[in-house]
Amino acid sequence: MIPVAFDYQKAKTVDEAIAALSNGNSKILAGGHSLLPAMKLRMSQPSKLVDISSISALKGIKEEDGEIVIGAATTHADIASEKLIKNKLSIFAEGASMIGDVQVRNHGTIGGSLAHADPAGDWPALVLAVDATIEAQGKNGKRRIKATEFFTGLFSTALQENEIIIAIRVPIPPEGTKATYQKFSQPASRFAIVGCAVVRFPDGKTNIAFTGISDNAFRADNAEAALSAVIFLSDHYASAEYRKHLAKVYLKKALQAVV
Amino acid sequence: MSTNNGNGADAPNRFIGKSVKRVEDKRFTTGHGRYTDDIVLPHQTYAAFVRSQYAHAKIVSVNITTAKAMPGVVAIYTGAHVAEVNGVPCGWQVNFKNGTPMKEPKHPLLVTDKARHVGDAIAIVIARSKEEAEDAAQAVEVKYEELPCEIDAFKAAQPGAPLVHDDVPNNICYDWALGNPIDEVNAAMNSASHVTTLEFVNQRLIPNAIEPRCYNASYDRIHDHYTLYTSSQNPHVIRLLMCAFVLGIPEHKVRVVSPDVGGGFGSKIFHYTEEALLTWCSKHIGRPVKWTAERSESFLTDAHGRDHITKAEMGFDNDGKIVALRVKTYANLGAYLSTFGSCVPSYLHGTLMQGLYTTPKINIDVTAVFTHTTAVDAYRGAGRPEATYVLERLMDLAAHEMKVDPVELRFKNFIPPFDGVTQPGYQTQVALQYDSGNYHGVLEKGLQMLGYDDFRKAQKEAAHNGKLLGVGFSTYIEACGIAPSSVVGSLGARAGLFEFGQVRVQPTGKVTVFTGSHSHGQGHETTFAQVVADKLGISMDDVHIVHGDTGKIGFGMGTYGSRSLAVGGTAIVKSIEKIIEKGKKIAAHLLEASADDIDFANGNFTVKGTDKSIPFANIALTAYVPHKYPDDLEPGLDFSSFYDPANFTYPFGCHIAVVEVDKETGKVTLKRFIAVDDVGNIINPMIVEGQIHGGVAQGIGQALFEGAEYDNNGQLTNASYMDYCMPRADDFPMYETATQITPCPHNPLGVKGAGEAGAIGSTPAVVNAVLDALWSGGHEVKDIRMPLTSERVWRAMQN
Ligand SMILES: Cc1cc2nc3c(=O)[nH]c(=O)nc-3n(C[C@H](O)[C@H](O)[C@H](O)COP(=O)(O)OP(=O)(O)OC[C@H]3O[C@@H](n4cnc5c(N)ncnc54)[C@H](O)[C@@H]3O)c2cc1C
Repeated sequence: MIPVAFDYQKAKTVDEAIAALSNGNSKILAGGHSLLPAMKLRMSQPSKLVDISSISALKGIKEEDGEIVIGAATTHADIASEKLIKNKLSIFAEGASMIGDVQVRNHGTIGGSLAHADPAGDWPALVLAVDATIEAQGKNGKRRIKATEFFTGLFSTALQENEIIIAIRVPIPPEGTKATYQKFSQPASRFAIVGCAVVRFPDGKTNIAFTGISDNAFRADNAEAALSAVIFLSDHYASAEYRKHLAKVYLKKALQAVV
Repeated sequence: MSTNNGNGADAPNRFIGKSVKRVEDKRFTTGHGRYTDDIVLPHQTYAAFVRSQYAHAKIVSVNITTAKAMPGVVAIYTGAHVAEVNGVPCGWQVNFKNGTPMKEPKHPLLVTDKARHVGDAIAIVIARSKEEAEDAAQAVEVKYEELPCEIDAFKAAQPGAPLVHDDVPNNICYDWALGNPIDEVNAAMNSASHVTTLEFVNQRLIPNAIEPRCYNASYDRIHDHYTLYTSSQNPHVIRLLMCAFVLGIPEHKVRVVSPDVGGGFGSKIFHYTEEALLTWCSKHIGRPVKWTAERSESFLTDAHGRDHITKAEMGFDNDGKIVALRVKTYANLGAYLSTFGSCVPSYLHGTLMQGLYTTPKINIDVTAVFTHTTAVDAYRGAGRPEATYVLERLMDLAAHEMKVDPVELRFKNFIPPFDGVTQPGYQTQVALQYDSGNYHGVLEKGLQMLGYDDFRKAQKEAAHNGKLLGVGFSTYIEACGIAPSSVVGSLGARAGLFEFGQVRVQPTGKVTVFTGSHSHGQGHETTFAQVVADKLGISMDDVHIVHGDTGKIGFGMGTYGSRSLAVGGTAIVKSIEKIIEKGKKIAAHLLEASADDIDFANGNFTVKGTDKSIPFANIALTAYVPHKYPDDLEPGLDFSSFYDPANFTYPFGCHIAVVEVDKETGKVTLKRFIAVDDVGNIINPMIVEGQIHGGVAQGIGQALFEGAEYDNNGQLTNASYMDYCMPRADDFPMYETATQITPCPHNPLGVKGAGEAGAIGSTPAVVNAVLDALWSGGHEVKDIRMPLTSERVWRAMQN
């Protein structure tokens, strides 16, 4: 439980963080709730950590041009309790409040969760369902990645080396939109065994996203077809067969909640 | 409640029976506890271990050259360095049925030939800092040759299974039986009109004390003297075992201190290899050396609990009376015999097979087996939860099969009430004599709290609406206060199980108590002080309890088996009696009366029938300033006692669980949990309730959440809190608890013990409730393997 020795730099700006990342085997530190456990087990051995948790530009939630913009280093707890989120994007508050436990929510960040792309993470399903874009910044400037193009496999994303997620942008759903996140938790960690996010727009268009059941979160608007193509994960809390069953149960729960 | 105050007079209790706030909590809750890891000695060094990655592997070579050259490294030792040192001993000899002694393979401080479980220690690396030690440990190169392994006790005992120890045939440590001759039991079983049969696994649990194991050993060359700080439940026992059996160093040259200890649940009773090895190393390097287990090491190296594979049969006559019980268990001991590993599945398990019932014929047969897993030993309840699980699962299942009410079935078979004073104790078929009991009482109280009739109506209604509600019962008994030395000695214990208590009255009348019991969460500093303050008629503030230090306390057998108050508390009471007796002599001299005419009550020595009286503090001062003093009396007021109990104590109770099962997912929600416990007299109701709460949480944890998962390669796949599910507060409803009081007839406090009761009674109640819920929905299921994860319950409903 003792990591390999590493250097530590607390960045004050995004530019400083990007510059710091460019030399050697460096890694960003946000909430540390995925990275530090891996380092303590020596599964991850960065030579330097660049702490972005006090870069003020990466924190906070605002409304901008019809979008809600969430700084990447905003904690789960802050998102769960933010008025703007509760009023205009309640599915994010609902989902954030189901993550782990109080300590995890007070440390873990939305950007860290998306970058880490844990197959059982909650944010991936949530950002997929709301048609979010993920704003990243690297040496070559900023770019926006659609959530649907972001998750590329087990713990892997469309981020390039030394790119930092700076914000998550969500188009504010029109009045009358109904959305829900339904989650069956792994009892020990409380990560998702099945997480199903559903957003139903007033015109009837329905976005469906799953997490927890396969290598990475995915959109499944045509749920039946999507689920039949999934290679389900299996572990001692839930076999592939049981996950498949739960996926259907939780999809049903979610759909019932939005009609 | 009024208890005898030791002097015959019925003085009112000011503290006993009251929920006095725990005096130790101030330091614990403000972060001022002092644990072993907080202790840093001059020239401190730190140890890290190189541990086997494989469950079973030949150690081909261990190369320490690179590691030794790493920065900060002080020393590295491998198995070869300690090959001449003895292994750690087992404290209890169990014999095979044919009378030959159990197999006791060496449990070495570091392995040389092969590793026998994942986590087996191969080398110790000592460095100036913890970080340097860890880095160097990573650099030790071990070449393994992997060998086939077996993790399952039943399979390991079959011919041809891979051997854990080459000299233990079929991996069998011993086979053992207790109770009536098997022929008689078979005959009774054959005469039964109904036989309920159940095969199940009582899964392996990991104790998970919040403080990881920690040791800090030092050696003083000038005085040729060792000090070992250890997170142990019984420092004197550790000193005895380590000195006499492992290191061969004289006991008077060793001080063992257990400062504040953050929970044990049994796992810190045992003498671990690391304790002896660090002590050995401290002399070799001439510097103190400390090791604190990492959490992942705790998962792999703290002794585990339970792990039984059992087939049990209970026969009933036409009238629903039990006529016979036959139990066959394969008990997993892990790779090595831990200190009490041998007695848990035998004498602490088989002896409880009578339960609360009048079963006339009982036979319990146990095969104890080595496997390529972490050692298994006592864990909260130790054998008694396993026994209770056998009986209480059988009772609810039998009732279901025979279509009778599980409550009626119990009432029909209960041993009738007896107080153990005017009525004799109850002699069981399995070697014990119960002290006192009123088993009907606790079940009746539980049913009242539950509202049984209303529940059954609600259950029917729920089933009608497509919901699955269930209730499960468990009426348990346990044997604790371990134990009369002569009895356990005849059963194979290699230690006495008395306790020591010294009461030192200071010249000012303040009192220091030295107890051989050890508190690692139990609140002895409060409970013992309540007893002492009332018995001496002084304030609790005037009593200081000292425990956990062989340098201060004459002797001690430590805390486990719910023994502290019944045995350790009684030793203190014995010393108080001696204090009072001597005080009377001093008072008689001062008051010019005869000692027989002196009463002691409310802190005053009084000449009977007069108002001539001297307060306790004045007698204390006189004892140390003996100017006017009886000729034939020694000065001082300081007495020690060793108390060896006459019998075990037998707490009992009734636990009831109400659950709802989600039909679609199989998820179990615990709706209510009712615990009615009879632990004898109660000194501090709040502390007793706290002990029950904690025990119940662990018992429910076993039923619904916890369980070590080994894969076929012997890897523990859930060795972290991300995967091993410890129950949390929001998993539980508010418990509904109550007590009944049937005093223990054979100790002066009338107390029985409360430390393990919750963990013993609760588990089968929860599992029974889940099955009852499934039965209410028409699912005929006999067993679901614990922990009852949602998937397992869901699968049970698919058939
Ligand atoms: C006990 C426990 C329970 C948990 N339960 C849940 C749960 O129920 N649901 C759930 O979704 N999660 C859960 N988590 C995970 C938690 O939410 C983590 O906080 C999250 O996954 C990672 O966020 P972080 O801020 O801690 O990132 P860190 O651990 O600091 O970083 C994770 C990875 O992302 C990289 N990174 C961090 N920030 C950025 C960024 N802005 N741009 C690019 N890369 C970045 C880091 O370099 C690292 O590789 C749990 C964690 C724990 C310890």
